[in-house]
Amino acid sequence: MTDHVTGKALRVLRAICEEVERNKDYLCELDAALGDGDHGISMAKSFHAVALRLDGLGNAPLSEVLQAVGMTLISEVGGAMGPLFGTAFLRAGKVAAGKESLTSSDLAQMLRAAEEGIVQRGKAQPGDKTMLDALHPAVEAAQRAATEGATIRDVLRAAAAASAQGAAATKEMVAKMGRASRLGERTLGHQDAGATSVSIILRVAAETVSAQQT
Amino acid sequence: MKKFINDPMRVVDEMLEGFLAVNARYARRAAGHPRAIVRADAPVKGKVAVVTGGGSGHKPSFIGYIGKGMLDAVAAGEIFTSPPVPAVLECVRAAHGGKGVLLLLGNYAGDVMNFDMAAELAQEEGIEVQQAIATDDVGAGFQDEPHKRRGVSGEFLIWKCCGAMAERGEPLSEVKRIAEKVNANARTMGVAIAPCTVPAAGKPTFVLAENEMEVGVGHHGEPGVAREALRPVDEIVDMLAEKVVNDLPYRAGDEVLTLINGLGATPLLELYIAQRRLQQGLAGRGIRIGRAFVGEFFTALEMAGFSITLLKIDQELKELIAAPADTPYLVQT
Repeated sequence: MTDHVTGKALRVLRAICEEVERNKDYLCELDAALGDGDHGISMAKSFHAVALRLDGLGNAPLSEVLQAVGMTLISEVGGAMGPLFGTAFLRAGKVAAGKESLTSSDLAQMLRAAEEGIVQRGKAQPGDKTMLDALHPAVEAAQRAATEGATIRDVLRAAAAASAQGAAATKEMVAKMGRASRLGERTLGHQDAGATSVSIILRVAAETVSAQQT
Repeated sequence: MKKFINDPMRVVDEMLEGFLAVNARYARRAAGHPRAIVRADAPVKGKVAVVTGGGSGHKPSFIGYIGKGMLDAVAAGEIFTSPPVPAVLECVRAAHGGKGVLLLLGNYAGDVMNFDMAAELAQEEGIEVQQAIATDDVGAGFQDEPHKRRGVSGEFLIWKCCGAMAERGEPLSEVKRIAEKVNANARTMGVAIAPCTVPAAGKPTFVLAENEMEVGVGHHGEPGVAREALRPVDEIVDMLAEKVVNDLPYRAGDEVLTLINGLGATPLLELYIAQRRLQQGLAGRGIRIGRAFVGEFFTALEMAGFSITLLKIDQELKELIAAPADTPYLVQT
């Protein structure tokens, strides 16, 4: 069973790496309005490094795969996104330790752990116009769906939908963290790049798992 | 985008090759990480190691100040991007001379996280590490929340004073006290008339009309806090000086160091015109200038603009500022 869950996870991760690369310019444009315009580059570089790292992991347990992704994100590129996304994958990997298959509830817990890691590392709260504004509603939606007995596919779909809404909602927020916070009211009307990246990742995860199951 | 580069993704590595060859007397790569740049004679035994780092694109900062009397190591990130944890950790390991390591950083989300993680790992290895975070920028306000302010050109003054303090053989707690003292007495504000282009992004970070300036900029090409009509430089200097002076505040009878820092594409000619007005303005307020720096210390690629920094100095800071330094871009005997 290990191969099975790892194989699925690797397909999801590869799809994420490709989609991040495809969205590089879009993410840079979002960041240019609020920061220094390089978010897409940092993300693309980070996930390019992840894609290279995935090649040797075909037989590893899921937790090791996620830990390797986390360490790669922390070690390779730097910036703010490396430690934040890296910590998220490390924490999700811890929850997956020892599991040969995943239940909906496991997945919801992994997302919750990822969020907790990001809060601890970045010290932001929902409403600060950060990646958390896409992740927090996704975690809540995943938890609700899992509690109601949804399949993994539907948990991911619920998370993806909530994160897309969350990312869009950052347009109405004034940034309180990071470089953008210095712009105050000037951040209104612009969508946060980090939140957009989270919603892209969850959308691709949901799409890939849906495609695998049909 | 028009730049003298090859591959936009390789600019930092190619720059380092050139820089390290020219400055081999001062700096080299640490064995453990290609972005950990250390003093040629690191680790220097019997002194606190002063280590900093951050995104690249700020020449001559940070690596231009590696050497005796200033920095022991610099973790060099991608353009305007914090260096990753292993680069910072390797700087700490390679610079540690047995008396502990002071990590100096600007107040940027990525730097704070990466340096914090590296500090934790170094402490687990038994190296004593302390951190001091610069927050001298007044451009974006936050007078009541200094922990939200950026570290800008004041960082250069912190390196100078901490480097001198460490060179004297003072303990880590004392070197850290000086970092905090300089930060507490330094204030900076910047203005720009043209943005810069991050090579990998390929487009300017913002667009200004011919008659506009961006007030309150930092040194990453990010937008400032207000867009205003361009005025004669005397009026701009008065406006910047007013914000800086009132923030601390600096008072009649104070002695200060002034630092006019070009952001990359502003000629010295213009910087000295700004200096002239700053001198006049401070004299009018009864504030004495004990030392003045004019030039490029902490740039934002080819951004056209400048910043004004004031540092209130007492005997202790005056001596540390005047102490010898031997680095590629600051030599004092």
